[in-house]
Amino acid sequence: MYVTDTIAAISTAVGEGGIGIVRISGPEAIEIAEEIFKNKKEKSLIEVDSYTAHYGQVIDPRNQQVVDEVITLVMKAPKTYTTEDIVEIDCHGGPIVLQKILDVVLHMGVRLADPGEFTKRAFLNGRIDLAQAEAIIDLIRSQTEIGLEVAIDQLEGGLSNKVNQIKEDIVSLLAHLEATIDFPEDEIEDFNPEQLGDRIDGALKKTSELLETSQRGKILREGLEVAIVGRPNVGKSSLLNALLRENRAIVTEVPGTTRDVIEEVINIDGIPLKIIDTAGIRKTEDKVEKIGVEKSEKFLKRADLVLLVLDINQGISAEDRELMRLIKSKQTVVVANKFDLDNNLDLEVIDQLLPQAPVVKTSAIENQGIDKLEDVISDLVFSGDIRASNQTLITNMRHKNALDRARQRLLDVQQTFERRLPNDFITIDLRAALEAVGEVTGDTIGEDIIDQIFADFCLGK
Amino acid sequence: MKNYDIIVIGAGHAGCEAALASARMGCKTLLLTLNADHIALMPCNPSIGGPAKGHIVREIDALGGEMAKNIDKAYINIRLLNTSKGPAVHALRAQADKHKYQFEMTKVLQKQNNLDLKQTVVTDLIVDNQQVTGVKTITGMDYQAFKVILTTGTSLNGKVIIGDIKYTGGRQGEFAATDLAESLTEAGIKLERFQTATPPRIDKESVDFSKMTIHPSSKEKIQFSFFQPRQEREDVPCWLTYTNHKTKQVVEDNIEHSPLTTGIVEGEGPRYCPSIDRKIMRFPDKNSHQVFVEPEGLHTNELYLNGLTTSMPEAFQVDIIRSVPGLEEAEIMRPGYAVEYDYIPPYQLQPTMENKVVQDLYTAGQINGTSGYEEAAAQGLMAGINAVLALKGKEPLILKRSDAYIGVLIDDLVTKGTNEPYRMLTSRAEYRLILRQDNADLRLSSIGHRLGLISEQQYQQVEDKRKAIAKNLEKLNDIQITPTKKVLEALKELGSGGLKKPVSLATILERPKIDYQNLDKFTSEVPEVTPEIAEQLEIRTKYRGYIDRQLSQVEKFKQREDKRIPEEIDYQSLDNLRKEAREKLERIRPVSVGQASRISGVSPADISVLMIHLEELQRGGRQDD
Repeated sequence: MYVTDTIAAISTAVGEGGIGIVRISGPEAIEIAEEIFKNKKEKSLIEVDSYTAHYGQVIDPRNQQVVDEVITLVMKAPKTYTTEDIVEIDCHGGPIVLQKILDVVLHMGVRLADPGEFTKRAFLNGRIDLAQAEAIIDLIRSQTEIGLEVAIDQLEGGLSNKVNQIKEDIVSLLAHLEATIDFPEDEIEDFNPEQLGDRIDGALKKTSELLETSQRGKILREGLEVAIVGRPNVGKSSLLNALLRENRAIVTEVPGTTRDVIEEVINIDGIPLKIIDTAGIRKTEDKVEKIGVEKSEKFLKRADLVLLVLDINQGISAEDRELMRLIKSKQTVVVANKFDLDNNLDLEVIDQLLPQAPVVKTSAIENQGIDKLEDVISDLVFSGDIRASNQTLITNMRHKNALDRARQRLLDVQQTFERRLPNDFITIDLRAALEAVGEVTGDTIGEDIIDQIFADFCLGK
Repeated sequence: MKNYDIIVIGAGHAGCEAALASARMGCKTLLLTLNADHIALMPCNPSIGGPAKGHIVREIDALGGEMAKNIDKAYINIRLLNTSKGPAVHALRAQADKHKYQFEMTKVLQKQNNLDLKQTVVTDLIVDNQQVTGVKTITGMDYQAFKVILTTGTSLNGKVIIGDIKYTGGRQGEFAATDLAESLTEAGIKLERFQTATPPRIDKESVDFSKMTIHPSSKEKIQFSFFQPRQEREDVPCWLTYTNHKTKQVVEDNIEHSPLTTGIVEGEGPRYCPSIDRKIMRFPDKNSHQVFVEPEGLHTNELYLNGLTTSMPEAFQVDIIRSVPGLEEAEIMRPGYAVEYDYIPPYQLQPTMENKVVQDLYTAGQINGTSGYEEAAAQGLMAGINAVLALKGKEPLILKRSDAYIGVLIDDLVTKGTNEPYRMLTSRAEYRLILRQDNADLRLSSIGHRLGLISEQQYQQVEDKRKAIAKNLEKLNDIQITPTKKVLEALKELGSGGLKKPVSLATILERPKIDYQNLDKFTSEVPEVTPEIAEQLEIRTKYRGYIDRQLSQVEKFKQREDKRIPEEIDYQSLDNLRKEAREKLERIRPVSVGQASRISGVSPADISVLMIHLEELQRGGRQDD
C-alpha cells in the first residue's frame, strides 16, 4: 500500500432525487464516520460487523446540527473495493445535502479524493485486474485534464487574484522569517511581536473572507431558488412574465388558473434565479389545485428568496397577513404590484410583519418597476457593497476544502504566535498553510521562498 | 593490474573527506592534489558553519567524517547563532585559523593507513567503454583504480578575473585543470559554467579597530564534534564596520569597471554572495552595508573583509576599502577576485554521487555546482562511502530528506539541479525540526558505526545518550507536582501561570518560561543530567506536539521514497505520461516515486500513471516467474 491517508468523495452522479452516496476510504474512515454519525442505539460503528448497514443521522460537529438522515454502510479492510476500510453514507440525493455531508467529512481532516482515486487504490492494492489498469489511467488522465481546465477557468480573474494575494502574504512573511533564520548576521530587521501578529491576522482574515464567499459561490453555481407567492390574482404570473420578458404562464382574470408550480430560470447580474411561480396558497376543494397548493408550501420552505406579491389597490387582506406570517423567517422582497391603480396599501403593516423586507412598487402588466426589482434582488444576493467591489466567489469544493485547511493552519500559526514560541515554529504552520493555498493555485512550495528572500533583502557577504 | 582501489583527485574539503572515508573503510586509496601545501585550503571565507552549514558539519561528524574534528582543532572564534529562534535553527559558526586548519588536516591524511598522498596534475581520465579505469598525470605516471572520485573544486577550466585582467588559474596563484575538463567532455559529460568571487585581504597593521565594533568569541564551551574532547585555546575577536555614502560614490563612479558592466565574467554567480558592486546597484536605497573584519589566523596579519567582495580593478578596490571607517589607511595584501569555472550540471549525477554517463566515476563538491566548504565535505564523504560500498558490492548509502541535511543537499542536486552555485539553507529542509544540530549524533551515528567510520566506543557514547534521554523523560513524566504554596510561588516567580491540580514535572517543563534548570524549584527529585541531556529533555517536552506532527509527515514521505523505480524502466513507452514529464523523468531517472514527484514538471497525475505502470510491471514480473 503506497498511500495511507483517508479520502472521500461523492460517488453518485450529481442530480436531484433518489439516493446519493458519500464514500470514505482509508485507515481513518470508520473512526471519522463514527464521529459524525449518531444513531439511536448508540452503537459504535467501530464495533459493528463488516458489511452491515446502520440507520441514523449525520451531525455537523461544528454546530451540532443534523445534516441529513442517512444509512451508513461499514465495510472493513481488506475485503473491500479499495482493500481499505470503507464507509458509505447513503443520504438524500440532492446536491446540497451531498455536498454538506462531504463538507462535514472533509472538515474532519479527510482529503477529497482525486478523480479515479478509489479505483486507483483498488488497483494498486492488488484488488482489481490488470486489464483495468489502462482504463484507470485514461480516467485519471482525462479527468485531471478536465479538472485542470475547470480549475484554470475558475482561477481566471477574481479568485486567482484573491488566492494569489493570500499566497503572496504568506510567502513574504515566510521569506522574512526564513531570511532572519538563514542569515542571522545580516541586517534584516526582526519582526516585533506586534508586526508579526498583524501579518498573521491579515493573512487569516483574507482567507476567512474568501471562504465566506463560498456560500455565494454555491449560489452562482447552482442558482438561487426564488418563490413568488401571493393571493390569487395579485399578478404573480404577470410578474414572472415581466421578469421573463415573455409569456410563459397562463394569465387570466379567474383566480386559481395557475395550477402547477412553474419553474423558470432567469439571469440577474450573472446570478441564475430559479423562479417558482406557486399556485396561490389558499384553502381549496379542487383536487388538482390542492396538489398545487401543497407543492407550493413545500417549495416555499425550500426557497432562498421569496417575492411576496401584494395588490396595491386591494390593500392587505387577512390572507396576506397569514402569508406574511408564513414567510417571516425567509429573505423576502415585497412586490407592491399594480401601482398604476389607486394605492390602498398600509405600509405600517408590512413594516410590522416583515420588518427586513424591502418594498418595490411594480406594475407587472405595464412592465414598470421590474428593473428596480431586479436591482433589489441582486443587491440582496451580493448584500450591499459586494457587487461594487467585485467580490470573488469560490465555486469549487476542492478549492474550498484547500482554503479551509489553509485557514486551519493559519489558526495554528496564530496560536503558536500567542504562545510566544520561537519563530521557527511559526514557519512550520505557515508552510503548511502555503501548501494548502498552493493546491488552489496549482503551485508547490519550491524555490519561491528562497527567491523571495533574495528579492526582498540585501543578503550575503 | 590496479594500483589502487580508489583514486581521489583534489585535496580540498570534498577530496579530504572522500579519501579518508575510503581509506578508513579499508580501501587502498590515492589522493592526488595540484599542490600538497594547499590541502584543505579555505580560499574564501575563513569560517565554517552557520545555519544549515553547521548542521551539515555535525552530520559529517556523526557519520565519521573529519571536518568537525578539524575545525574544533583550528577555530579561533566560535558562536552559537539563532539562539532565540528555535532549537532546530541553532547554528554553530566558527572562525578558523586557516593555516592551522590545513596543517591539522594534512596531518590526519598523512597518518591515515591505506592512504597515499601525491602532488601532481591529472590530465586525463582513462575511460574505457564508458567506464573509468584510472588517470593519467602530467608527469607521465598513470594510476589504475576501480573507482575515481573527482573533487576538483573551481579548477576545471578555471579563470581568475580582476578588473579587465583575466587569466587561467583554478584560484589565485594556482593551476587550472584544463586538460582534465577536456577529458570529461570527451567522455560525454556535459559541462557548464559558474562563477564566484572573494573579497580582498588586508594587513592588520593598517587597520584602526577603534572605529569598529568588537565581536568576541563565545565563552561557552561549545564545539562541533560530538566525539573529540574539547581543547582550550586562544581566541581572537572579529570586528564590525559599515560602508557609507563614500563607498557608494566610489562604486557608482567606477561601475563601468565592475564585471557587472563589463560582462567579463561568464556564468551565474551565487545570490547569497553578492559583490559590493552588486549590493549597491541592486539596493540603491541602502546607504550602508555591514563589513565583518575577520582574522585569517593567529600567525598571519591577513584580515578577510567579509561583505566587501569585489573583482573591480585593484586600484578601485583600494578606494572602496578606504572609504570604510577604520580602513582609511588599509593596505591590500591580496586583491579580491572572481573565478569562473566548469561544473557538471548535477542531473548527470546519481544519488550515490556516481556519474550517469561514465561508470565508476564519482564527483563531489564545487564540481557538482555547489558552493561552500561544508557542502563540499558532505558530498566528498558520501562519494567516498558510496564508492567503497559499490566496490564491495554492498547497498549504497542514500540519505533521505528526512534523515539529514546531507540528504536534502544531494536530493536537491540530483532532482532539481541548480541555477547558481548551490548553498544549503535551513529553509530548504522540510523536516527542519527533526534535522536539528543537537541530535545529528542520534540520527546518524548508527550508520557511521555500521560503515566502520564510527568506533565502537563512540557508538556506545551515543547509545548511552539515547538511553539517558528515554529514561529521564520517563522520570519527568512520573514525578508529580502538586499545587503547594512553594510550587505556586515558584511558578509566580518564573512568570508562569497558576496550577490547579497535580501534574507531572514534564507538564511543568512544557510551560514556555520554565527551563530544566528551574525545575528544582518545584521538587527535589529532578533527575540530575548533563546539560546536553537537559537540552534534549527540554526540546522533547516543550515542542513535542510539533515534533510528533513532523514525524508523522515523515512517515508519509517515506512511503513514497521506499517505492523504488526499477533502473531499466523505459519512460518512452509510457504513452500516458505527458511529454514534459516523460522527458524530465528520462533525464533525471529518479530512483523512487518520491524523488519523481519532486521533479518540476511532473504532475500528480503523472505520478499516478507511473505508479500504475510500476504495479503492472510488478505483476507482469510475477507472471513471468
